[in-house]
Amino acid sequence: MSPTAKSNGRATTAAKPKLAIFGAASCGGCDVAIINIHEHIVDVAAAFDIVLWPTVMDGKYSDIEAMDDGEITVTLVNGSMRTDETVHLSKLLRRKSKFMVAFGSCASEGCIPGLANLSSRKEILDTAFSTTSTDNPDGIRPIWEYQAPEGVLHLPEFEPMLRTLDQVVDVDYTIPGCPPESKQIWAALQAVVAALNGTGPLPPKGSILGAGESTVCDECARKRNVKKIDRFVRIQQVAQFDPEICLLEQGLPCNGPATRDGCGALCPAVGAPCIGCYGAAEGVVDYGARLMSAYASVVEAQKPDEIDKVLDGIVDPAGQFYRFSLAGSLLRSSKAAWNTDGEK
Amino acid sequence: MSTQAPVASASAEGAAPDATFEPVIIGFTCNWCSYRAADLAGTARTKYPPNVRLIRLMCSGRLDPTFVLKAFSEGADAVLVSGCHPGECHYIEQNYKALRRFHLLQRTIEALGIEPARLQLVWASAAEGVRLANEIARVTEEVRALGPLNWPAASIVDVDGMELDAVWEATGGDAGGLPATPGGANPKHGAEAIK
Amino acid sequence: MTERIGVYVCHCGTNIAGVVDVAEVTRWAAENLRDQGVVVARDYKFMCSSPGQDLVTDDIKEYGLNRIVVAACSPHLHENTFRTATARGGLNPYLCELVSIREQDSWVHTDKAAATAKAKALLAGGVERVRRNEPMEPIKVDINPATLVVGGGIAGISATLEIADAGFKVYLVEKSPSIGGHMAQFDKTFPTLDCAACILTPKMVAAGTHPNVELMTWSEVEKVEGYVGNFTVTVRKKARYVNEDLCNGCGVCQEKCPWKVLDGDFEAGMGRRKVIYTPFDQAVPRVPVIDRPNCPYFQKGTCRACEKFCDAKAIDYMQEDQILTLQVGNIIIATGYDLFDARRIPQYGYGRLPNVFTSLEFERLCSAAGPTNGNVVLRDGKTPPKTVGIVHCVGSRDQNYNGYCSAICCMQSLKFAHLVRERTDAEVTNFYIDMRTPGKGYEEFYDRVLEEGGHFVRGKVAEITDAARLPGEEDKLIIQVEDTLTGKQRRIPMDMVILSAGLEPRAGAKDLATRFGISCSFDGWAIEKHPKLDPVATMTEGVFVAGCVSGPKDIPASVAQGAAAAARVLGRIQQKQMNLEPIKATVYAEHCSGCRICNTMCPYNAISFLEAEGVSSINAAMCQGCGTCVAACPAGAISGTGFSDEQILAQIEGLLSVGADGAPLKRTAYPETHHEAIEEAVRA
Repeated sequence: MSPTAKSNGRATTAAKPKLAIFGAASCGGCDVAIINIHEHIVDVAAAFDIVLWPTVMDGKYSDIEAMDDGEITVTLVNGSMRTDETVHLSKLLRRKSKFMVAFGSCASEGCIPGLANLSSRKEILDTAFSTTSTDNPDGIRPIWEYQAPEGVLHLPEFEPMLRTLDQVVDVDYTIPGCPPESKQIWAALQAVVAALNGTGPLPPKGSILGAGESTVCDECARKRNVKKIDRFVRIQQVAQFDPEICLLEQGLPCNGPATRDGCGALCPAVGAPCIGCYGAAEGVVDYGARLMSAYASVVEAQKPDEIDKVLDGIVDPAGQFYRFSLAGSLLRSSKAAWNTDGEK
Repeated sequence: MSTQAPVASASAEGAAPDATFEPVIIGFTCNWCSYRAADLAGTARTKYPPNVRLIRLMCSGRLDPTFVLKAFSEGADAVLVSGCHPGECHYIEQNYKALRRFHLLQRTIEALGIEPARLQLVWASAAEGVRLANEIARVTEEVRALGPLNWPAASIVDVDGMELDAVWEATGGDAGGLPATPGGANPKHGAEAIK
Repeated sequence: MTERIGVYVCHCGTNIAGVVDVAEVTRWAAENLRDQGVVVARDYKFMCSSPGQDLVTDDIKEYGLNRIVVAACSPHLHENTFRTATARGGLNPYLCELVSIREQDSWVHTDKAAATAKAKALLAGGVERVRRNEPMEPIKVDINPATLVVGGGIAGISATLEIADAGFKVYLVEKSPSIGGHMAQFDKTFPTLDCAACILTPKMVAAGTHPNVELMTWSEVEKVEGYVGNFTVTVRKKARYVNEDLCNGCGVCQEKCPWKVLDGDFEAGMGRRKVIYTPFDQAVPRVPVIDRPNCPYFQKGTCRACEKFCDAKAIDYMQEDQILTLQVGNIIIATGYDLFDARRIPQYGYGRLPNVFTSLEFERLCSAAGPTNGNVVLRDGKTPPKTVGIVHCVGSRDQNYNGYCSAICCMQSLKFAHLVRERTDAEVTNFYIDMRTPGKGYEEFYDRVLEEGGHFVRGKVAEITDAARLPGEEDKLIIQVEDTLTGKQRRIPMDMVILSAGLEPRAGAKDLATRFGISCSFDGWAIEKHPKLDPVATMTEGVFVAGCVSGPKDIPASVAQGAAAAARVLGRIQQKQMNLEPIKATVYAEHCSGCRICNTMCPYNAISFLEAEGVSSINAAMCQGCGTCVAACPAGAISGTGFSDEQILAQIEGLLSVGADGAPLKRTAYPETHHEAIEEAVRA
């Protein structure tokens, strides 16, 4: 990479790698998590030339467009591909970046917004704009093009289906979590810096950074026994859970066994079941399938009606198994989402 | 907003089921019972519709829900799971695990809008060639009546008449670090990346 | 790795080619599967023939092939054939896949176009799968030369003597106090009318005294662990309260014991035995057993007569059950059958009407050593019957009880007819549905019985009652039957009725099967590896079955199976080592979180949890390769060779690459928005 940047009117610092942090359809939590590395943020600013970080500093898309291809060394994209603007910018940033990182659950597997893929776009917009809590007597709906006196305004169109970053562009690395733990973010950034300096190895393309090699159970302090589940309960159904024993064994559907570790098993430590925000384990093709298989395999029932009785305890299978990972799963959505009949 | 996806109607577009629609069904069999039953149906020249393509596993207990979801996502209209009768599993009791996974899978696919009848379970012992053939015929007709599932493909071939290949070429193609297959070419879903 | 795949499509004469257009499939593969690595695609009339196999072998060498796919018949027929051909070409045999387009395609479909399209799909599935095949080596295991035979009936004794005579150690475990099984209860055997005890006891003695046989009677197998060649078996030797080493079998204790109880086992409830007893006089071993629940010493602390009279001082009231651990290489299960409980057919009156007897009860009546010294008399113990009815198919060939035929009852019933005529002047009538006399000398025996002058009524007996209605029926048992040959309902008065009850699996058959790791059918009969071609092996390597445990059969068949199982075992012992298919699961410890979901997945106990490391682990030797744990692991940390996720997911892709019409499967795309403006901006 050339130390002298292309002249485009901006002052450049010689040889500092460029870093872009882009929030697509994002809640802002990932940005907060990055800032939560506290004083290390100064180290980050020292190590990188941050060229884009809309949450934190001013920047213009035209600056990015003017860059050479590959000029940005690392781009961290958090948030999901919800509108065509996010898709467009992801593609733009992909062209302009050497390494593209899917940062956080939204970018890597769709996260909670991915559950929008359980409904069609029409249903989503109808619900948002015409429920009893919305005052919309004229039945207004968002439009994507507006003829203003000055010209046509293109507004970001709500894509028919939410996609993950790697369904839109080629992704080099992933940092999972909702949000990724700040400790892990700092560790990942250090690793990146080391790799760029040549003092550390460049992880193979496709690697998961800032997370462990196993699943949450590895980090969970609870005592584990052989699993024989004869009921699934909701957390409010039991007055007191045993703080020492595995939550799944007590009937609480904990996603820990199928969820990548790295978060420190914070939730089970305080009696909350893991909900799976760190995504799938190494090499797993479909997160929900793994969790389904694990739960079903250890249900203590042989006859169909007994099995059903136990499984009735999982009141929302789509939510239980695909809470964070629907958009990144094999099916990606429910049938309703891509069945765009009746839509304009 | 409801967290449950509304179940999609049986045939898409509300049109009458296509009488010439030939379902494509993936069937999972176990080496010791149901695969042998299929072989027996063959040796006995029992005739049944050609819509089911069988995969041999050692045991129905090997059935990973991933396989079922993969089949749907790759274009299957239905999936048939078969194995030894409960109590007769060659590996003693593994078909009970398959049974439980099947139940949970069926609930989940229903929540995702796939008609539960598109995932069927048939137990067949090695001696039940004719029975398996009849069940395959029954499932085929049930799926034919439901119509094609037509789950979209992970890699987009052509959308809105636009030649996406041209788009990618124009935007720098591979040189810009863009994927070789345009659109949603998730390496996790393509054949290549499973290594 | 660049795949170089050879595809071979077999015609199998016209078996495949008559329905599937094999030339078209081959052409299609060569053209459409090139990107998948197919470099050569051939079709041939008979791939399994020598020249057919040579195509594979030669192509590997000439084209540098590293994967083979043969589209032909079922892998159960020729997987080994083509794997061997592959190995001859210098390629690892596990890099060869078979695709069945015969049993699964040409033989079952009539629409040629559809069958051809399906063949393409199946082939594409096989090609995608084989690309993910890994070279593997069969696993070699050593074979322990000792054998366990479970069950000391005629089949078990047969097997034991064959192996012991060949010079190898046998543990013969029998749950009764003596070996001999049901055959020891019979009086005569058909069709020769040999005395059962006379032909059986020499074999029993041979087994009991053989230097290579360790006889463990009054014992049961509690646990079986391990795998072929290396089984660890836990046997409970129950306390006899008699010291086997000191007892000389003199029998004085039995003589002097003042207490008698009803013998529901050997005498089938027809006679009594002492509380300290051997089941019958020719018992092997001759060491008696004390029936503890009925012994006044154990119940009240009194008597002790046996101890007083025993010269050898062999009585040991303090004796305890012994738990023994045996190491064996192979196991033969020969646990026999139970008789159908005729009380389940209340209209036949067994258990309520005194002179209705079961077959086993009648055998005891006829036996010279039995409760009536061989006299055929009524339940009062003295009156000989003047009319005897023998009912076939009791509990067999009956949708309400057991649908199958019990194989031996027709011959047994004819034997009874003969024995009644031999010992009494009674008129005998056999009530049958069909006469099943297929064995050697069986039909001739039937002729003989016919000539001896019995009556034969073809009809299923509806009822046996003592409710007299017509003159001549008082104090008699009336058999109500439809005589199908005359087309009339008949009521036939009898003094005695014998029910030829069917054979059923032993009461604990399913538990036994689970303990030994074999399967049994819904009824409870053990399932053999192949009912036609492999009747003594089971699907579990190292465990064999012989005799009635796998289904009703006569003595010659049981003896033959015992010898056959012994021959298989001897073959293994002689080879000292065995190859096992390397289909095994492995836990990748780095990815295992110790969640323990897999711990209950293995019926062979191959999965254990290592507390110290906090991970689960699979014992490859014990793993049977079912893959259940592979599918269960939520972390995807368990992989299975031979049927890996990669292989199966690829196979699914291949199978779905072809539509029902043979063209690529039509797919739609996920909806996406596109704007000219966006595209322009991206191009900028």
